[in-house]
Amino acid sequence: MYEFRYHRPETLEDAAKLFSECGDPLFLAGGQTTLPVMKQRLASPSDLIDLGRIPELRGISLSGDTLTIGAMTCHEDVARSADAKSAIPALAGLAGDIGDPAVRSRGTLGGSIANNDPAADYTAALVALGASVHTPSRVIAAEDFFTGMFETALEEGEMIVKVAFPAPRSAAYVKFPNPASRYATVGVFVAGTREGVRVAVTGAGPCVFRAGDIEAALEGDFSADALRGVSVSPDGLNSDLHASAEYRANLIGVMTRRAVARAS
Amino acid sequence: MPAISLSVNGKPVSGEYEARTLLCELLRGHLALTGTHVGCDTSQCGACVVLVDGDPVKSCAMLAAQADGREVTTIEGLAGGEKLHPMQEAFRDHHALQCGFCTPGMILTSVALARGNPALGEEDVAKGLEGNLCRCTGYRNIIRAVMAGAKAMREQGDV
Repeated sequence: MYEFRYHRPETLEDAAKLFSECGDPLFLAGGQTTLPVMKQRLASPSDLIDLGRIPELRGISLSGDTLTIGAMTCHEDVARSADAKSAIPALAGLAGDIGDPAVRSRGTLGGSIANNDPAADYTAALVALGASVHTPSRVIAAEDFFTGMFETALEEGEMIVKVAFPAPRSAAYVKFPNPASRYATVGVFVAGTREGVRVAVTGAGPCVFRAGDIEAALEGDFSADALRGVSVSPDGLNSDLHASAEYRANLIGVMTRRAVARAS
Repeated sequence: MPAISLSVNGKPVSGEYEARTLLCELLRGHLALTGTHVGCDTSQCGACVVLVDGDPVKSCAMLAAQADGREVTTIEGLAGGEKLHPMQEAFRDHHALQCGFCTPGMILTSVALARGNPALGEEDVAKGLEGNLCRCTGYRNIIRAVMAGAKAMREQGDV
């Protein structure tokens, strides 16, 4: 790892000011991706701005049927949160299945979605639940937030403060984890929301996406049987040493049926 | 260089270290606590797991500066003098190690698992150790050891 300057601001304002003053800075959340990437010298920021000491970035609260999670809340805290488990058990379950216990102690919601790894789990939850991402200056709908592989709508220097999740009527997340990394080879988050059935797929394509045909099939009949005859095209899906596009397309169907069965 | 103060195995440690110093480097290189093993250095193997404020953490994927103000427990801090911690005792009793390289991380992860779940079952142990690799393939005995160690911890009121 190349040397860098380390900063530990205690307010959002100080963090933003530091970012604007540094040459080539990077925000540090839990560091579970950033630090390994820096060790591989794939990233070499001049300055790391550690967001770990900013109180307003932490915590979980439930107000009405909106669950709000601070950006620097670690996965384990979401998995164990009574509010998360009661309002959106599928989300708490998803958080408890990310990586391994040591990753969950450090990895954060904000860090995960800012990175927008194509195989990350949280992205599917945000899109399926219709969550909104709050930054100091604006609110971004999840579907507008994830713009491409490792790309988001965040501007340079813009931090994530929190994410607000509307509680669905029912939801489930099922993934086919890569056995080594436990990232999703394919993960499907199914949610019955006020706006109808929403199905978001991670791991399969370059970026999380909604599966429109599957949503339409489930709208009138929320059952695994309703998906008979619905096929998923492999066009545009990822092909790599872990799985071909055709295999991922098939997995989308399988994971969706399992998720629907679990959510019904 | 950031000034860092933390507690390691109950003893205060403070100093100025290069910002890029990883927690495992602070422990092994500066404090000579070489019981924390670095297996892969790519945060996959779990050999370097230590407890930070009681939570299992890969010390190769955390900056020493991020541990400022925290309490770190390494494998050296687990035993009470000459008396092994019940989880260490259980690993010995159940032959849960061959080469022993993964053992510090296995044991610290297991202690956190036991403390986090008073009704720990075998499936919880297998899932909880997903991030700890044993290349001698002793997983069956490791699971037996963790079950026994967790039981002993419960009996001693440590869970």
